[in-house]
Amino acid sequence: MGIKIKTRPFGEIEVTEQQIIDFPDGILGFDDVRKFVLLDAHDENSPLKWLQAYDEPELAFVIIRPVDFMREYELVVSMNDIEAVGADTAENLVVFAIVTIPTNPSDMTANLQGPIIVNPEKRLGRQAISLSDRYSVRHKILEEMKKAAEG
Amino acid sequence: MLVLARRLNESIMIGDDIEVVIIDIKGDQVKLGIRAPKRVTVHRKEIYDEIRKENIAAMDSKVKPEELREISEIFKKGKDEREKK
Repeated sequence: MGIKIKTRPFGEIEVTEQQIIDFPDGILGFDDVRKFVLLDAHDENSPLKWLQAYDEPELAFVIIRPVDFMREYELVVSMNDIEAVGADTAENLVVFAIVTIPTNPSDMTANLQGPIIVNPEKRLGRQAISLSDRYSVRHKILEEMKKAAEG
Repeated sequence: MLVLARRLNESIMIGDDIEVVIIDIKGDQVKLGIRAPKRVTVHRKEIYDEIRKENIAAMDSKVKPEELREISEIFKKGKDEREKK
């Protein structure tokens, strides 16, 4: 059965229980928001998705999977982060990066310093902290895509 | 806040299994060595601040859903170009 929620991108919509992800520690800066819903963009084929706060219609992040714009990406986080989403390895986790879209959308950046990790099986999520010094809070998405295209 | 004075190579214990050693002191910079179980995460505090700041910036970029559709076109173009090659 569907659950009706108010969302920023689509107004009131129905979601399924399976789309709801618990973030027991919230997201840095939004520590009190503990429940999010993962939504496709209008265009399902778009790599951009929405991470909509369950209880706060105005609160929604645009997110993207690093593998959708980078040639290679490696999740390097502490065991503590992995265990926090009820997993014992990173293998089955889904990784997203929060996207910042400035006035000129071509300059949009992805935050790989604080990747969002989700355990789909337990529907648990967390903003982890990357231990790799290759990743920062602002990776230009289009530049990374160009690099990927050039091989 | 607990304040302790330490010299070079001295250390403090936090609980039974976390040790913080003063490895080097140069001018206003102190190098710390941290011995802790794998489960304990250690990050510079700036990292938390940076991530928090970026999260708020991402939330402030009030992109409209319609705009997102146009932005998604950028990805399609990129993908088509890649496939052409």
